Amino acid sequence: MSDAHLETPFPERAHAALGDAHLQEALTIATTKFIGLRKESFEGYPDGEALRDRARAIKEATLQGLDQHLERLADNIERLGGHVHWAATGEEARDIILRLCRDKGVRMAVKSKSMATEEIELNEALEAAGVKPVETDLGEYIIQLAHEKPSHIIAPAIHKTKGQVADLFSKELGGRFEADPEVLTAVARKELRQKFLEADMGITGANFAVAETGTIVLVTNEGNGRMVTSLPRIHVAVMGMEKVIPTMTDLMVFLSILARSATGQKLSSYTTLVRGPRQPGEVEGPEELHLILMDNGRTRQIAGTLREALYCLRCGACLNVCPVYRQIGGHAYGYTYPGPIGILLTAMLKGNAAVKDLAHASSLCGACKDVCPVRIDIPRMLVELREHLDREKIAPWGERMLFGLARRAMASPGLFDAGVRLGRMAQRPFVRDGKLRTLPLFFGKWTRTRDLPPVAARTFSERWKEIERP
Amino acid sequence: MKASIMITCLGDLLFPDVGVAMVKLLRRLRVTVDFPPGQTCCGMPLFNSGYHHDAALVAARTVKLFERAEHVVVPSGSCAWMVKTEYPGLLKDDPALKAQAEALAAKTYELSQFLVNVLGVTSIDSPFQGRVTYHDSCHLLRGLGESRNPRALLRGVKGCELVELPGSDECCGFGGSFSVRLPDVSTAVLNKKLANVESTGAACLVACDAGCLMQMGGGLSRRGSRVRAVHLAQVLEPEEGE
Repeated sequence: MSDAHLETPFPERAHAALGDAHLQEALTIATTKFIGLRKESFEGYPDGEALRDRARAIKEATLQGLDQHLERLADNIERLGGHVHWAATGEEARDIILRLCRDKGVRMAVKSKSMATEEIELNEALEAAGVKPVETDLGEYIIQLAHEKPSHIIAPAIHKTKGQVADLFSKELGGRFEADPEVLTAVARKELRQKFLEADMGITGANFAVAETGTIVLVTNEGNGRMVTSLPRIHVAVMGMEKVIPTMTDLMVFLSILARSATGQKLSSYTTLVRGPRQPGEVEGPEELHLILMDNGRTRQIAGTLREALYCLRCGACLNVCPVYRQIGGHAYGYTYPGPIGILLTAMLKGNAAVKDLAHASSLCGACKDVCPVRIDIPRMLVELREHLDREKIAPWGERMLFGLARRAMASPGLFDAGVRLGRMAQRPFVRDGKLRTLPLFFGKWTRTRDLPPVAARTFSERWKEIERP
Repeated sequence: MKASIMITCLGDLLFPDVGVAMVKLLRRLRVTVDFPPGQTCCGMPLFNSGYHHDAALVAARTVKLFERAEHVVVPSGSCAWMVKTEYPGLLKDDPALKAQAEALAAKTYELSQFLVNVLGVTSIDSPFQGRVTYHDSCHLLRGLGESRNPRALLRGVKGCELVELPGSDECCGFGGSFSVRLPDVSTAVLNKKLANVESTGAACLVACDAGCLMQMGGGLSRRGSRVRAVHLAQVLEPEEGE
């Protein structure tokens, strides 16, 4: 989907999203609910703010010694009998999984929700290699049936109404299902139960991995993650390198704020701690455990503009409060990670040129920074990203000219006054009842939906001369 | 007490009445007001779009203009935020300028903050009558952490009834160049805001930022709404005859 989709410019994708009534309904309901739940959850949690500061400090300190933490994690996982793979790129990560599938005769893989595997478009690669991927998170299952991509970091099918899901299930699974979430969940559960038992491989992401113990941590709400990591004979976890944390104590800090930020829960329904494959004497668990530590543009940013984006816990809180995301949803952004943080992550993964338009898909209102559990200063980083677009001459030539002119006028009162006089003259034919209602050219972008006050007959500077003496 | 007005580009060109009301108000509160000549824009449009080198040139100029000011009062939260938060960083390569920028940052106040925090005003005698609602501008609320003073001042006006705006802390969709880069999205955000505004039954929508007032006022006017978008200063110091 991604490439063909991206041929349409971003403003047009956004425009189309605004006109999609189902999307608008679904987004309003879901984001409003998430915002309320998060707010309530933190209001009843006086320690929350200090824990957010602490979580941020842990992320920062971990980045400063990322190599050591990763090596310690790898050592501990290997000591427990697991295998650790290092992938410099998404392609390498994919190849490692495909090779494992080939070597181990894997025909079907069940998956727990994972943005890292979305990032590397793993499902497409598995299908091309003759391995059937089955998404087992309800939201992911829905969009897999619909042949779509996730449109939210934690709620991948947020763009669909329950009516649409009922229609989809009826069409794809055969039957006539009513638009009742309980009924639809039961349908999906029945379909998926057999797949867990049939699958040779379970693929997950990782919310955290604890270096001191070699523990891979999954935060989920449906219990499917637990089945994916315990029923198939092989468990593969794909994790961005920045997700390592030093200690179990650190984990407690993150767990105390992650679910609150994401869904307003104190804890998610399931917190799965995976420590190595099945050990001698144990009756459950996979025979093999593989952890893929993926770079894919991340470590380059440790010393880069996007450093703070490496703190991200993927909770999705910034999406829910973003006025732009709430209007256009995730698909219009066009890449794996939507919303304010998604713009930064896309720049990290795909380079600055990929976010030429997206970098401006923010009013810089700051709501994202306010709710981020680790207080990532997203607006500041967006502005810095825009600065790079200017410096690297990725920003359009015309725009750079225009802002150059604006700067000249701002730096010279004479020129500024001349601009004011010119504006006053040029606006004359367009003033109606003391307002500008239609303007030509670029200004039409404003007046199509909004009136504009004309440049005043006498500006404040001009009036000051009269009121200067009290 | 002395204060210098930083009028801001939108305040100067589009909303001169706000500046005049602010001057009258300050004088009524026994503040000696001056208006350093040669003001243009704080440079925020350049800064937000990534033209930081250009924004720094504008910042350097503004810093000099207000060098002698005792206090600088701004009728716009975002411009005050720009000066207070971004000027020192923009001018960090020149230690002398940076020091001046820090001095300016320390003495610059958004109007409601100046009235309450510096002058210690809690209620202002104003003939204003009517029901109003208040929009929290993003940079004033989240940038400068201010939500109380404007509300306190509105409550302090005898004839003014303040009704809370649902979603008052949500963006109005202006966002500077955002409003014309993505006009559809900006308008969709605005429409949500205006629906909330109209649900309050207020006659006036009050804000402390020229950008938000341009956006929300422009939307209200286009809808033919009876609600007027006004600046806080216009409630505290209404024009005669209003």
